[in-house]
Amino acid sequence: MKKTAAKNIREIGSAHLIYGLLACTLMAVAPHAGHLLWWVSALCAVLLGWRAYLAYSGASLPPRWLLLAITLGGTGGILISFHTLFGREAGVTLLVLLAALKMLELRAARDAVIVIYLACFILITHFFYSQSISAALFMLATLPAIVATWLHLQNGALSLNTRLRMAAVLLFQAIPLTLVLFILFPRVQGPLWGLPQDAYASSGLDDKMSPGSLSRLSLSDAVAFRATFAGKPPMREQMYWRGPVLWEFDGRTWTPGKAGRAKPAQLDSLDSPSEYTVTLEPHNKPWLFALEMPVRLSIPSELTYDFQLHQKSAVPARLRYSVRSQLGYRANAEEEPRQLQRALSVPGDLNPRARLLAAEWRIQAEAVPPPQPSHEGKGGNRALAGVDETIVRAALAHFNREQFRYTLEPLLLGANSVDDFLFGTREGFCEHYASSFVFLMRAAGVPARVVTGYQGGELNDLGGYFIIRQSDAHAWAEVWLRGRGWVRVDPTAAIAPARVQSGLAASLPDSAALPFFERNASPWLRNLRFNLDALTNRWNQWVLGYDPERQFAFLTRMGMEAVTWQKMALNMLGGVALLVAAFALFMLRRLYARNTDAAQRLYLRFCRKLARGGIARAAHEGAQDFAARASRMKPQHAAAIADITARYLALRYGGQSESGALAAMRRAVAAFRL
Amino acid sequence: MLTALKQQFRIWLFRPKIESGTVMLTQRRIFILPTWQGAGFALVLLLMLLGDINYNLSLGYALTFLLGTLAMMTMLHAFRNMAQLEIRAGRADAVFAGEDAQVAFHFYNRSGLPRYRLTLRDDGGHRITFDVPAWQSVEVTLPLPALRRGWMSSGRLTLFTEFPLGLFHAWSYLQFDTRCLVYPRPAAPLPLPANLAQSGAGNSGAAGDEDFSGLRGYVAGDALQRIAWKALAREQGLLVKQFSAQQGRELILDWALLPEQGAERKLEILARWVLDADAQKMHYGLRLPEAELPPQLGPAHRAECLRALALFGMDEKAP
Repeated sequence: MKKTAAKNIREIGSAHLIYGLLACTLMAVAPHAGHLLWWVSALCAVLLGWRAYLAYSGASLPPRWLLLAITLGGTGGILISFHTLFGREAGVTLLVLLAALKMLELRAARDAVIVIYLACFILITHFFYSQSISAALFMLATLPAIVATWLHLQNGALSLNTRLRMAAVLLFQAIPLTLVLFILFPRVQGPLWGLPQDAYASSGLDDKMSPGSLSRLSLSDAVAFRATFAGKPPMREQMYWRGPVLWEFDGRTWTPGKAGRAKPAQLDSLDSPSEYTVTLEPHNKPWLFALEMPVRLSIPSELTYDFQLHQKSAVPARLRYSVRSQLGYRANAEEEPRQLQRALSVPGDLNPRARLLAAEWRIQAEAVPPPQPSHEGKGGNRALAGVDETIVRAALAHFNREQFRYTLEPLLLGANSVDDFLFGTREGFCEHYASSFVFLMRAAGVPARVVTGYQGGELNDLGGYFIIRQSDAHAWAEVWLRGRGWVRVDPTAAIAPARVQSGLAASLPDSAALPFFERNASPWLRNLRFNLDALTNRWNQWVLGYDPERQFAFLTRMGMEAVTWQKMALNMLGGVALLVAAFALFMLRRLYARNTDAAQRLYLRFCRKLARGGIARAAHEGAQDFAARASRMKPQHAAAIADITARYLALRYGGQSESGALAAMRRAVAAFRL
Repeated sequence: MLTALKQQFRIWLFRPKIESGTVMLTQRRIFILPTWQGAGFALVLLLMLLGDINYNLSLGYALTFLLGTLAMMTMLHAFRNMAQLEIRAGRADAVFAGEDAQVAFHFYNRSGLPRYRLTLRDDGGHRITFDVPAWQSVEVTLPLPALRRGWMSSGRLTLFTEFPLGLFHAWSYLQFDTRCLVYPRPAAPLPLPANLAQSGAGNSGAAGDEDFSGLRGYVAGDALQRIAWKALAREQGLLVKQFSAQQGRELILDWALLPEQGAERKLEILARWVLDADAQKMHYGLRLPEAELPPQLGPAHRAECLRALALFGMDEKAP
């Protein structure tokens, strides 16, 4: 047994190589530890530890049947956990497990190569989870380890330092070409094939809303869609991109509910038209987004009774459509009683305090005559509409008056979530405000519903379009007022007007995300934080967000006219050829440099030093004659002059070619002082 | 037709030529192709690229391009690892058939770049791997089995390297005019012929193995019976007992007196006798159908005799 182990090690190098491979595997796998199944992480740790012990003790590798059993067991476990071996999560888990197992099956150089390839491949899977600057830095730290181990595989005689140095050189030399490829490689509109379900599971708006669902989404910088306006874009506070409308509340979660047979949507009194094109990122959901309210769409779709745009099936790939929206509208002024009834239902007897508050508002509103009904209605309706409007105003005033905080990290709520929020924690994200507002309205007898979607967007000056990200996800309310139909009310605007006017970042107190910096508000730290933020923003914009559109915009700005992928490919090939040629020249230049040339250069440096001392070598003067003359003129340096001249002659004419001789001459010339 | 075209292409590409003196590995002489390992890595990179495109991984693109560029750059490194290397074939000492000819090559690295993991191999799969440090030269001895007597050429040798990452195979063909003389394989020990009659001066008697006169170092081909085993046991090395033959005894090893058998077999027997006679310090001569070497003694004579046997029936000039 001992003998086979020794043979294994001899075949693929030494125990040091195994340690190197272990380090590579560990570095590649470690960042996954957090999101792998716990037993996979544990199993991998055990396997790698075992391998390290075997390498240390020189014992033989485990028999194949044992490895096969572990492999089958692990694969089976993954299959049970994920119900598949494909897709992102299961695939990554399987890959990590196989890499750890391969370490225990290092029998030949080929196995070591496979381990290195696996490490490279696992490195890329980190980017499924994070593409932050730190992830990039970790990648850059792992690569030298992998390349150094790879070099060890080829040449076990090199020292670790030499290998690391060579690896660094190899990587540095690769950077310029990488940049050219990164910028010019024609970016393809992914995905290439139907993505597994988990590809977008983490991003995108759902048709359910519970406390925390939107704030989680707000942490994602992923693009939801982009919009290019034909004319002047509307004001930011008018940009409500309508998504799923939620009717039913079970005390915690809002869902669309069952509409039954409803009469079609009806819009009138339209004004402020806006025309734009939306490029929707695939979100695997059937709905499309448009500004409230859409009246015309370039692709077939259905406008539901509650003004949602629906496609027949989910959107599996990037989708482009043009929309005409009317920003001023009256929606379903003649709503069916059945739908109004739905918009008034509240679950069971939850949230008693909120009901009480709503009832108070109702009594107060009915007691005082409506001050100025803003819209005309018919006779008795007017009074009623006025009462409902008063209630809405009272609720908004309540949100405004009481100390509500707008935060991404609200405290957890109990069973009476609305009561807890309104009278307890008083901090929440837009879903908390929309949810409790609609609850209050219903409790007060005003038909109301929750609308989810996106609000605002970021203007991209470069491309002249708006980017709407997942972090722009928003929830607001709609109340039905007699004569005016469904009217949008955004309670979040009452608490954090900046959210609607300038976006999420402006409306959150800094302390929400960075308590440390808040406590140490020195100018230096603030500067650092702003710089870091700017860096992250640049990173997001230019590295992560370098998609076909950005590439197009960038190349246009760089002066490329009519950017096509053919042109990009040609430019890329040209750039690559140019750089490779430059590198070839640079790398091979040392090959053609002869020692004699180097000696000549050193000798000339020596002559310049003498010339500065007043002894210039004549063009016809040979080295020995010159040395004799210089020695006569500077007898105190005669020994040094003779020494350097002898070294030069030996190197140049004596056929001496050791690097040692050249280095000695270099030292002698450097030390020479007149 | 196709084979002929292929042959033409190979001649155009590789320009096979037997060279002498010092060969410098210029750009024209170095060829590079990806290895199977390199093809495997390309496949891994392709998978990575598909993943980048499909999942829109910008950092993934960066990593894929970085690794791809790194892999491509190793092509230059592999080339550089061989380029401008100077090679001179050294002499190879004569050997007996069945032994390994030690063909020496000198590699000169007249640059500041250390050359790593160069491998010299012949078409038969014999290889040796070595490094050439910067500004230095190394002597590399490639053991090539000598199968038949006569002149053995080192044949077409391949110098290759897969350094630094094993993704590219850079190689160059070397065919030197260096040749190695291969003596016939000595036959199994058998008594020297008794045809001392022609020597004239000598009185007939047993071969010179009666009077022990001392020990001398072992020479390939010495009879086993004459090895001084006791000396070996005393750790004095491999020595051979020497017996003084009577002066003036002369032995003619005559081709014609050998019993009728294959020419090669006859040469093997003669080679054995030359060695034995030389070991016993006899004056011996060699008589072949084509040539005759008068009786003499000494290493030069021994080499001349063996050379005559090695080249028996062959054109002296042939490689």
